Amino acid sequence: MYAPIVLLMVFSFNNSKLPIWNGFTVNWYIKMFNDRGIQQAFMYTLIIALISSVVATIIGTCAAMGINRMVGWQKNMVMNITYIPLLSPDIVIGISLMMLFSVIKLPFGLPTLIVSHITFSIPYVILSVMPKLKQMNYNLYEAALDLGATPWYAFKKVIFPEIMPGVIAGAFIAFTLSIDDFVVSFFNKGAGVDTLSIKIYSMARKGVNPTINAISTIMFTTIIIILIGINLKANKKVRDTRI
Amino acid sequence: MKKWIRGITLITLASLLTLSLAGCQESKNAITVYNWGDYIDPEVNNLFTDETGIKVIYSEYANNEEMYATVEPGNVNYDILFPSDYMVEKMIKKDMLQKIDTTKLKNYLNIDDKFKKLPFDPTDSYSVPYMWGTVGIVYNTKMVEGTVESWDILWDSKYKEQIFMYDSERDSIMVALKKLGYSMNTRDEKELEEAKKILIEQAPLVLAYVGDEGKGKMVNGEAALMVAWSGDAMVMMDENPDLAYAIPKEGSNYFVDSIVISKASENVEAANQYIDFLCRPDIAAKNAEYIGYSTPISKARELLPEAIKNSEVAYPKDEVISNPKMEMFNDPSDIIALYSSIWTQIKASN
Amino acid sequence: MHRKSLAYPYLIWAALFIVVPLLLIVYFSFFKEGHFTLQSYQKFLEDYYIKSLFRSIELAFISTVICLVLAYPLAMILSGKEMSNKQIILLLVVLPMWMNSLLRTYAWASLLENNGVINNMLKTLQLPTIKFLYGNGAVIFGMVYNFFPFMVLPIYNVLCKIDGSLVEASYDLGADKITTFRRVILPLSMPGVITGAVMVFMPALTTFLITRLLGGGKVTLIGNIIEEQFTRTRDLEFGSAVSMILMIIVFITLSFMSKKDSLDKGGGLF
Repeated sequence: MYAPIVLLMVFSFNNSKLPIWNGFTVNWYIKMFNDRGIQQAFMYTLIIALISSVVATIIGTCAAMGINRMVGWQKNMVMNITYIPLLSPDIVIGISLMMLFSVIKLPFGLPTLIVSHITFSIPYVILSVMPKLKQMNYNLYEAALDLGATPWYAFKKVIFPEIMPGVIAGAFIAFTLSIDDFVVSFFNKGAGVDTLSIKIYSMARKGVNPTINAISTIMFTTIIIILIGINLKANKKVRDTRI
Repeated sequence: MKKWIRGITLITLASLLTLSLAGCQESKNAITVYNWGDYIDPEVNNLFTDETGIKVIYSEYANNEEMYATVEPGNVNYDILFPSDYMVEKMIKKDMLQKIDTTKLKNYLNIDDKFKKLPFDPTDSYSVPYMWGTVGIVYNTKMVEGTVESWDILWDSKYKEQIFMYDSERDSIMVALKKLGYSMNTRDEKELEEAKKILIEQAPLVLAYVGDEGKGKMVNGEAALMVAWSGDAMVMMDENPDLAYAIPKEGSNYFVDSIVISKASENVEAANQYIDFLCRPDIAAKNAEYIGYSTPISKARELLPEAIKNSEVAYPKDEVISNPKMEMFNDPSDIIALYSSIWTQIKASN
Repeated sequence: MHRKSLAYPYLIWAALFIVVPLLLIVYFSFFKEGHFTLQSYQKFLEDYYIKSLFRSIELAFISTVICLVLAYPLAMILSGKEMSNKQIILLLVVLPMWMNSLLRTYAWASLLENNGVINNMLKTLQLPTIKFLYGNGAVIFGMVYNFFPFMVLPIYNVLCKIDGSLVEASYDLGADKITTFRRVILPLSMPGVITGAVMVFMPALTTFLITRLLGGGKVTLIGNIIEEQFTRTRDLEFGSAVSMILMIIVFITLSFMSKKDSLDKGGGLF
């Protein structure tokens, strides 16, 4: 399972382009840091992920709250539409968006990338927040209103803390999805704006290139650290509440 | 929780700021360049920025069709493109290029007359030649008996699963047509049917239909034979001395890639400067040496190291090129659907 | 505050960017230069495209089965363990999901080359080299590797939710382990199995990355055909038609899943 990843990381320090060990080196990392194209791709990837995940979280959370108040055919229809991006193959999402942007003549580049990423992230946010909303006792909110709280205050103090875990999870998923996305970005990119995935793909198409190994090692270690960190925090909370 | 919201808003604002700053910079003093992968010495772009202060925003594509597919819809704006001969022809027909005033390019005079008034741009109004080359067979002398003389060797079952073909309809169909003795520009459906048939026959012998990754694999000894362009052959041979390059006797493709300015470009001044820069002998030589392809500028060729400038691979004698069996592609727009379906049939055949 | 209208921004967004694009694909598949035509669909019926479709279904199916066979035992083991260990192992299984699938597939490409790491090791051990890449096998391998976590998670989820007392009751009534598994556990875990199968089958059916990186151009799946239409051939109408056909297949698969009502019975991913 992890064999290729480990090997990728090991070979990122290999002093040779070939997969035969030839001595330790950090050359590829230096190359990676100096490559303007990679730097730019990295920056764009971060910007797109941040903006798209924030916007998707906001729209998605509001949407979840709104949908929660719907009933019957309205709710069914909205949920079905929400499921479409989730269940469609990413290639179809990618090309359908590309065709839309071509028709309305939206310039390809950051705008199209951000819009596409928001589009496929929102359903995940909604699906993350909805269960928490369902679990929540709506009477608490009404009680707060009865006690004189303004709707916004009641939301802040009653609803929001309850759904927080869902919102955070949703935001996190949106962020990761955006960073990892390749297919949708591939069809909707513009002049000079490449995400890290696209950059890696064009490098990988030319063959094995240890600079890619360097990039991936950094990406993997970052994710491992983040995930371990979250898990430790979660475990700590569980332990704390136990005591 | 308030802290969260504040934090998130700050980050969003910060990124929007960086975005707008980055955006501002781009439009003022920069050109967007779209080129083949591995088709320029990266240093050259840096040198250009150092000398002129114009930033180069650089993207790559794998082949002409991909470039065309990205540029055609009209909502991606590149200033500079590097189409091949037949693609220049197609883009001129579709009014996708701006006229280039070559009198404004002082280095234009360096381009050899051999490369002027080429069939795809007979008045030299839309393109400036960049690099040229041939298509042939790269083979590993340790894995192949004798020398390579004919396209037939790619159908030799002795080399089953040691052959790389290019994942490109034009180039692969060209190989088949040449082997059969037909013109690579034929529109005759019967001839194309024959080509399709033999390519389907060849499929079990082919290890893979590769793109650029084939180069690294050949160097690694992954296969014995590969259809390749002369420039790539130079690079591969440099990294693995066991490799050699041959142009089969049945003839092959001789191509010229040119620099063009897209119609939608608004940075014509800067684009002209870039083109002029690339035609400077020392820069052209630098590029030619790095990417392995052949420069159309004699002064640049003089500056190249002995091994390259006298290489039969990079600079074959004139008789080789002027042999009528060496053809240049013309615009296949009328036949493209047939080509595509032939290619799909071949790829789906196993 | 907690009103329906909160959802309106989303509805506008969804209409614009989910519904309209799909309608565009439908439109392009049926209209060529303004007139209605079935030409694009007819083109698909030509022999080799159908071949590609069947090959895609075949490979996706094989990959799904392999994933199932590998994932089920793992999920069973995981659902039986103690608290702390479980977390870590679960994390390890899920972790690759968070990593870029492009990179993971590419990693295998360099390993499996004829002159790659594995074959080099075989050479030094005087063993014959194996041709891993450039074929159906490599693509299946890529699919299994990429989508394996998607099979494990739903099955694990549903196994956890099985009421332990049911299993105990079965033992009390004299059934041995195998019968218990066959009659109690397996049926109850079906929703998770179905979800997992769908979550593997669908991306496997529609991928074009895996074939590009591992298949060596020798395997043309339906995803590759669609991609080519939009990036090389520019036959938008035909590409849309093929996408429509793909969507229909996805739709059929999904309705199969919802028949079993698995999402509600806890077979989901979360």
